[in-house]
Amino acid sequence: MEAFAGQLLSGLSIGSVLILIALGLTFTFGQMGVINMAHGEFIMAGAYTAYVLQNSLGQDISLLVAVPVAFAVAGTFGLILEMVLIRRLYGRPLDTLLVTWGVSLILQQLARDIFGAPNVQVRAPQWLGGSVTLAGAQIAISRMFIMALVVLCVVGIWLFLNRLPQGARMRAVMQNRQLASCSGLKTHGIDRMTFFIGSGLAGIAGVALTLIGSTGPALGTFYIVDAFLVVVVGGLGQVRGAIIAATALGLLNSFVEFSTGASIAKVVVFLAIAAFLQIRPQGMFVMRSRALT
Amino acid sequence: MLLGSACADTGGENGLATAASCDHSGDQGDTIKVGVLQSLSGTMAISEVTVHNSQLLAIEQINEAGGVLGKQIEPIIEDGASDWPTFAEKAEKLLCSDRVATVFGGWTSASRKAMLPVFESKDGLLWYPVQYEGMEQSPNIFYTGATTNQQILPGMEYLKEQGKSEIFLVGSDYVFPRTANEEIKAYAAANDIEIVGEEYIPLGDQNVSTLVNKVVGTEPDAIFNTLNGDTNTAFFKEWKTKGISPDDVPIMSVSVEEEAVRAIGPEFLAGHLAAWNYYQTTDTPENAAFVEAYKAKYGDDTVTSDPMEAGYVSVNLWAMAVEKAGSTDKDSVREAAAGLEFAAPEGPVTVHGKTQHLFKTARIGLIGEDGQITQIDGSDGPIEPDPCLEDYEWAEEFREAQDPYPCA
Amino acid sequence: MSIASIRKDSTRSAWIRRGTFLAIGLLLLVVAPALLSGFRLALLGKYLCFAIVAIGIDIAWGYGGMLTLGQGVFFGLGAYCMGMMLKLQEVGPGRLPDFMAWSGIRELPTLWKPFYSAWFAIPAAILVPMAVAAALGAAVFRRRVRGPYFAIMSQALVAAFAVLLVGQQALTGGTNGLTNITRILGYDLNNTANRRGLYFVAVLCLGATYLLARQVVQSRYGRVLMAVRDREDRVRFLGYNPTIIKVVAFSLSAGMAGLAGALFVPTVGIISPATIGVVPSIEMVIWVALGGRGTLIGAVIGAVLVNLAKTSLSEAYPGGWLYLQGLLFVVVIAFAPKGLAGLAKLFKRRTGIAGQPQTDGSTVAEPPSTGIAEPARISAK
Repeated sequence: MEAFAGQLLSGLSIGSVLILIALGLTFTFGQMGVINMAHGEFIMAGAYTAYVLQNSLGQDISLLVAVPVAFAVAGTFGLILEMVLIRRLYGRPLDTLLVTWGVSLILQQLARDIFGAPNVQVRAPQWLGGSVTLAGAQIAISRMFIMALVVLCVVGIWLFLNRLPQGARMRAVMQNRQLASCSGLKTHGIDRMTFFIGSGLAGIAGVALTLIGSTGPALGTFYIVDAFLVVVVGGLGQVRGAIIAATALGLLNSFVEFSTGASIAKVVVFLAIAAFLQIRPQGMFVMRSRALT
Repeated sequence: MLLGSACADTGGENGLATAASCDHSGDQGDTIKVGVLQSLSGTMAISEVTVHNSQLLAIEQINEAGGVLGKQIEPIIEDGASDWPTFAEKAEKLLCSDRVATVFGGWTSASRKAMLPVFESKDGLLWYPVQYEGMEQSPNIFYTGATTNQQILPGMEYLKEQGKSEIFLVGSDYVFPRTANEEIKAYAAANDIEIVGEEYIPLGDQNVSTLVNKVVGTEPDAIFNTLNGDTNTAFFKEWKTKGISPDDVPIMSVSVEEEAVRAIGPEFLAGHLAAWNYYQTTDTPENAAFVEAYKAKYGDDTVTSDPMEAGYVSVNLWAMAVEKAGSTDKDSVREAAAGLEFAAPEGPVTVHGKTQHLFKTARIGLIGEDGQITQIDGSDGPIEPDPCLEDYEWAEEFREAQDPYPCA
Repeated sequence: MSIASIRKDSTRSAWIRRGTFLAIGLLLLVVAPALLSGFRLALLGKYLCFAIVAIGIDIAWGYGGMLTLGQGVFFGLGAYCMGMMLKLQEVGPGRLPDFMAWSGIRELPTLWKPFYSAWFAIPAAILVPMAVAAALGAAVFRRRVRGPYFAIMSQALVAAFAVLLVGQQALTGGTNGLTNITRILGYDLNNTANRRGLYFVAVLCLGATYLLARQVVQSRYGRVLMAVRDREDRVRFLGYNPTIIKVVAFSLSAGMAGLAGALFVPTVGIISPATIGVVPSIEMVIWVALGGRGTLIGAVIGAVLVNLAKTSLSEAYPGGWLYLQGLLFVVVIAFAPKGLAGLAKLFKRRTGIAGQPQTDGSTVAEPPSTGIAEPARISAK
């Protein structure tokens, strides 16, 4: 029972970080058909933001400041990427994938040159040290903090999409770009906003990750493949799908790893996803469309 | 264009139509060329750059003192890029294209295993500066880091003396941890120690919560840690949240050196143990000079560590052997190196002619709040290297399994 | 343009093509061995192995629109099949490869036993990747997983494959991979003459792969494949089964990667998961992109050039290569999607070399070129 609860919590905490990463991806993928391989480097940008802020503000409050700042920093990176490169490549999803991979290589090397090759540490504030016991299982307060942060972000996104006019426009473009455009929406501006928000979420994920491990130039590469799988399983542009798929992936990974080993777990998760896509090739939730294919 | 750049530096090698080895005396004109081959990019760069630095420091010091055989040493620097085939390729380039006298380099066992056939077939000489899992002795490699009986076994013996009888093994998923753990399991079986668990995690992976849960679930007395690189950070951070005191369950690490302690954060490591042959705090006059010289060259906030020291010792031993032999010829150097003594920062080391390893002092260290590691136990003097564990009965079965290989 | 002038152009460009093919053959078979040292020749041999992979990727991606980011899997399967045979021949019957001994294995695993025989291992190096690709392809293409979805799945596949290889150290050698390969079929690989021989084998394999690929893309099948790339739904409505067409192309490209892997192992002397992971697999795509997708010769030239640049640049200054590689991805794909081949054609047209008419350069000799500009137009939806 203790072990079960422990794994449940551990799976949820892995899943919650994946939610943040995958939400941004599923927006851009769903709305623009853009596969952004540099998304992982926005996570890294967020993590390094937390590091820089800590060095200038001290470790007690810097984390709280880092969340909005990392959102803005990563979002700005995303905005620049969209304006300089991705907008030239709309309608060429495979090319976008390769171009953004190139961008990710450059950003990684830039981080290496700026912050040095060794990983850096963000020290958690005192109030996040220690752990609490839930259902007999110990869980670190820092992980609880991450889960709470993710819940906040998800609620925020939900409110944004469903309560604000900007959110309604975003949904409109996601569902039918041409119709939205005909209705007088400036799809380009909305695309930019989507990119900003999606990349910003990755930045917040980066801040969260500094509490779990260390921050290095390659941080994003460890999460990007998993995050894409979440998007594929959840369905394009599906907030619900991304949340459910990320949680499921986290839990599956956590329980399989507990009963076998870390390496085997990754292979099992991949096979499970491949099998799932045999049953539902378009993911859990499908945006209805009259497209032929 | 293709040909132009590809054959730019082929020089006069074409005459060697069928010869297996290539001429690499390294002794050309006013300088003696040597290769320095570490990963300057990729995941291993974090560790290997420090060794690269200390090797260059040693070369610089020797050059300032007049060089070897009256000539300056000219380091040819190559990047192994954390990729094993690249190490093999660059080693061959150093030997055959640059014709260096010897090569200093490698960190991971994988890179050493990749380079080994190159050095054997080209009859070159490699100085490998990192502790490793043993079960290897090539006449073309000098191993200046610890072998099993100079680091891992003393670490286990210490835990045994402390009355630890239930040990959990955690390691990164590659050859060094897996082989080391095979040896540890054989040792444990012969010493009434129970191995309550054995887990591996892919290199670079930071999702360790499941691993930590597993360890906690088995309630071990101690943990033997062969994790490498960034996984250590996540592991120690996660472990700390479990609130288990290092006095109750110490973690004995064999790949956590001063640089890593600094990176992970001493607050997560304080009270845990390390096993090495050298610490920055090792109290010898040679070490004081080494630390001072290193800081003068690379900055005051740098630290020194065991592999760095071994890299520094490698260059010095080679230079001494060349002086003694009066030439850079491999066979003469090899012959001259046997029995050579050097007052290293870690204390006196001697080259064991038969295995081409070093006599080294084992040191168990306690990690402190300040990030430094202080010795709390250790061998009385340098231990004779025994890469094949020939003097250990419990290792017999393991040794016999190495049938066609050097340790059989 | 009259039919007569098309014919004339076609024969002329065919002659140019044959001339280029002969010139490159001569360069690789005569000039390079005469000029290069053993070490440099082996490096060139390695590049040629990569060129074979590139041709395969070109068929899948350039002609078939399937962006495979997991070609390392097939390269790796071929390489490990070959590597297992070489390891077993090296140690001789009844003995274990070195890494098994230190992983605590006492008996040769069943999986390894068939690899004593070269008659099994060498065909397996090509057929196993083909079979795996066919099975995977049938599964995903039947369910109409395509475009970016397919790219992501192939990348996840190679990630899982690399983790599996690393995790099964007793069977695969783990991160070390299979090392210390010094003999092949009784020939000493350290012998310069034998290494030269191996180089010639690589050149011939590349030539054969190129000719095979040329036949395929110029055949009726090749045209349908390109049609699938450009508008899969229309091809389906015409009564073709796109699944089979894609599976064949994917399997063929996997077979080529397997062949390349099998040649790579004796040429380089080591195969490890690091050579076939996510990053190396996506690097393979940039070779094709740089050379020019949809032109076979472009893929070959791209593979050789990029690897040559990598070797020489990383010798000069290590960090710079990563910037350059990133820039290559960005600049080539975003601004020159036809790669070098496209630039060459542009140059040819501008300067009027070969007297081609100033129309859109789609001579009969290069039928694919009209559609090539937007192979990625297969939409995400």
